[in-house]
Amino acid sequence: MKTEPDDMLEIALDVNGGRVRRRVSARQHLADFLRHELGLTGTHLGCEHGVCGACTVRLDGEIVRACLMLAVQADGARVETIEGLSDTGIVGELQRAFHERNALQCGFCTPGMLIAAAELVERQPGASRAAIRRHLSGNYCRCTGYQAIIDAVETVCRLHRGVRAG
Amino acid sequence: MKAPAFAYVKPRSLAETFDLLERHGEGARLLAGGQSLMAALNLRLDAPRILIDLNGLDELSGIRVDRDSITIGALTRHRIVERSTDVSRYLPLIHQAMPYVAHAAIRNRGTFGGSIAFADAAAELPACCVALDARFVIRGRNGERQVAARGFFKGWYETDLRPGEVLVSGEFARLGDDYRYSFQELARRHGDYATVGVAACARMAGDVLDDVRIAFCGMGATPRLAIAAAKALEGRAKPHLDVSTAQALLEQDLAPFDDLYQTAATKMHLARVLLGRALARIAVPHED
Repeated sequence: MKTEPDDMLEIALDVNGGRVRRRVSARQHLADFLRHELGLTGTHLGCEHGVCGACTVRLDGEIVRACLMLAVQADGARVETIEGLSDTGIVGELQRAFHERNALQCGFCTPGMLIAAAELVERQPGASRAAIRRHLSGNYCRCTGYQAIIDAVETVCRLHRGVRAG
Repeated sequence: MKAPAFAYVKPRSLAETFDLLERHGEGARLLAGGQSLMAALNLRLDAPRILIDLNGLDELSGIRVDRDSITIGALTRHRIVERSTDVSRYLPLIHQAMPYVAHAAIRNRGTFGGSIAFADAAAELPACCVALDARFVIRGRNGERQVAARGFFKGWYETDLRPGEVLVSGEFARLGDDYRYSFQELARRHGDYATVGVAACARMAGDVLDDVRIAFCGMGATPRLAIAAAKALEGRAKPHLDVSTAQALLEQDLAPFDDLYQTAATKMHLARVLLGRALARIAVPHED
């Protein structure tokens, strides 16, 4: 990348396992890029200033707020959205548990909840209910009152605790 | 909302960064983790012409332990600081404070230096740096200077950084094993900016407390050092620790404002409660 300031920049990144190359406006944040340029509308925009967590995606394996980084900053990175993470692995298990425990209603917060929760299951399957609450404190849900979400995440954590202990 | 239009540039060296700052002056903003700046831009609280992305400058990132000091590079992400065994060993106060710094997804991007340079009065790391008497290393085209954390924070979002300068790192003295630490915070939601937070440490020489340092966040326009309260505790033996006098003296040390959620009087009450908790932790060690 050249080192003169520019309003439009060329970026190349990996999104859900596929190579993507686009010219983007400097001011466009990653969530709008995913939604508008790539049609990946599972990444939701709630507050657009980092408070609600609905736009949570993975960047090089770590969860981030897609509204708080520029698309141009994802140049060279590996991005995973709910579309790429669904149905398989830990996110798949969480989706089934969310369904079984009634942990969603309107579904707006769900992609962000799932991606944030998956990180906890991976890193800290022994997490207590209080630790699960703390970890998900960055994700707002306006329907469920959280109880069922914590139940669902706890169910999957337990499953993984067993696997690792065995 | 969406950010207003701006141009973007990612310099490959500090020298290039200084050039860009010189050329674009007031219209430029430095982009580190972006976890406050991007929010401010999306809310259109700020409208820079150019963002200078520091994320290509690897030299600003990392944690270094020397014989007498430990240094945290400005671009070191919160999550790295949180997980660093060097930080948990040599900077237990910062280690304790890290889980309170926003949420996991924000800690993955946010940086140590960004939090310091942004200087939100309710942020945890500025208060920790004031309590630990850190020094900030600042570089500009004409060289490097160091500023004590205690003189760096000037007012609401106002610091000692001058036009053309970049915060490079924070340096902390390595304290002895006889120091004890406690970070306590109250927030409306875990991970939000503090309503009130306290960063405290002291040396326990046998039963006697000395070198007591107490700094608050959320209790004024800048992190506030509680000098009178600390002095009342200095040199006291544990059984005679006059916690209530120290708590009462906070009235002299702190200058909270009313905000949307709490009155200044409520914040003063909460500050006294947190100081009590912090001193209990320091006087009776816990495994955290």
